Amino acid sequence: MKFPKKLRYTREHEWVLVEGNQATVGVTDFAQHELGEVVFVELPKVGDPVTKDEPFGVVESVKAASDVYAPVSGEVTEANDDLVSTPELINDDPYGDAWLIRVEMSDQSELEHLMSAQEYKEYVEEEGEAEESDEEEDDDDEDIDEDEDEE
Amino acid sequence: MSEAVTGQPVRRTPLHAAHLRRGARMVEFAGWAMPVYYTGILDEHRAVRERAGLFDVSHMGEIEVRGARALPACQRLVTNDAGRLVPGAAQYAVLCTPSGGIVDDVIYTCLAADRYLFCVNASNEEKDLRWMRDQAGEAEVVNRSAEFALLALQGPRAAAILQPLTGLALAPLRSFFVAEGEVAGARALVSRTGYTGENGFEIYLAPADAEGVWERLLSSGAAAGLVPVGLGARDTLRLEKALLLYGNDIDEDTTPLEAGLDWVVKLDKGDFIGRDALVRQRAEGLRRRLVGLRMDGGAPPRHGYRVLRDGRPVGVVTSGTKSPTLGCGIALAMVERSTAEIGTRLEVEIRSRQHPAQVVPLPFVRKRK
Repeated sequence: MKFPKKLRYTREHEWVLVEGNQATVGVTDFAQHELGEVVFVELPKVGDPVTKDEPFGVVESVKAASDVYAPVSGEVTEANDDLVSTPELINDDPYGDAWLIRVEMSDQSELEHLMSAQEYKEYVEEEGEAEESDEEEDDDDEDIDEDEDEE
Repeated sequence: MSEAVTGQPVRRTPLHAAHLRRGARMVEFAGWAMPVYYTGILDEHRAVRERAGLFDVSHMGEIEVRGARALPACQRLVTNDAGRLVPGAAQYAVLCTPSGGIVDDVIYTCLAADRYLFCVNASNEEKDLRWMRDQAGEAEVVNRSAEFALLALQGPRAAAILQPLTGLALAPLRSFFVAEGEVAGARALVSRTGYTGENGFEIYLAPADAEGVWERLLSSGAAAGLVPVGLGARDTLRLEKALLLYGNDIDEDTTPLEAGLDWVVKLDKGDFIGRDALVRQRAEGLRRRLVGLRMDGGAPPRHGYRVLRDGRPVGVVTSGTKSPTLGCGIALAMVERSTAEIGTRLEVEIRSRQHPAQVVPLPFVRKRK
């Protein structure tokens, strides 16, 4: 499971990439793994407002629909329409091609409440502790260092 | 995961360790720890439609009605005509309450003139047992669930995969017939039945033999594309074929006539529990009907979503998914009779937005020629 260092994370398993005043938002590798195969994605339109900690879209697996929560407040400047036709991108490339929306942030200080990669990794491990762990991809420490390009 | 919501310990099938070894994602279902998928629901779904899949359905209950009065007891309990069964034949039916509601939907096999083995939903095992004992008169009702593991081998290649492992001649074994013999060296009851709409078999085994047969089938069938399949794909497979799920599509507030199960209701076979209510309902006409809905888009309809016509609520989705075969949303829905005609345009409310849908003939997915 991957936790790129350049991203910030929410307790609801979204990630944020901050570039200037723009935030790109997606769901984490852990989230796509928990969801299973994604078959449908519903996103806001360009110009829609999003509010921190409020649902802005829905990601649906075969079994269930899950809300996606905005990590920051602002206005949607771009939505990833590729996901409408190929929702399975979320399973294949959650941190890359399967970004969900780009947001023009209205309050950069909201970023302070987000987790670092290390904090999120620990959070996920705590959350997953009760479950039987899959050992297959457990070189987490390597993954966390994988993205060396810190801001 | 160690406790079901009921506080009862979660039960494990004889294949539990085999599922974990294969990396299954386990969930709690009807009090059992069951695999929901191994590699992914969509891959497993496709495997069953195109090649073959092997399911562990050992959670299903087995209840035997036996004795000299077994047939009259069955005839009283079920809506279908059990009197038409010869030994080795099976039948689908529902058990009804006196008011015509469905206690359970079952497949029972005539093992001998005085022995009928019911395969019942795991979630209803205890309820069915009480109900059948209460209503069976002089016949004996025995819970044999602990004596059986149950594998389902389903898909167009099922017979070709199973034949080399059994002395039973599978080609002459017709749909809804059962044969006793050996599979991979183990005593087995092989039934040409299933819950996927594909050709296939359900194989009743002693629990101690289950893992051996499971592994032999998987290794022997691997070249033909056989894979283990979890409950996730079992649900999408059965829904594409409009096979009903107890607790979702039917329950004690639903009659078999409303559910479109007229074909298993034999009102002229003599009296049975619920018959009077069903005769009355047929005479008065149905107020609602289970229908198939096909959505224009890919948004998955789900159990409990409202169904509307021109903005007016007319029913509710009982089961829904995005069909892996068709690529669009499909649903079974209980709707007002006036909106149940094939071709009727309806809407399904998904997250307070109305999505267009149309009443279509069932099943959603038909047999390939």
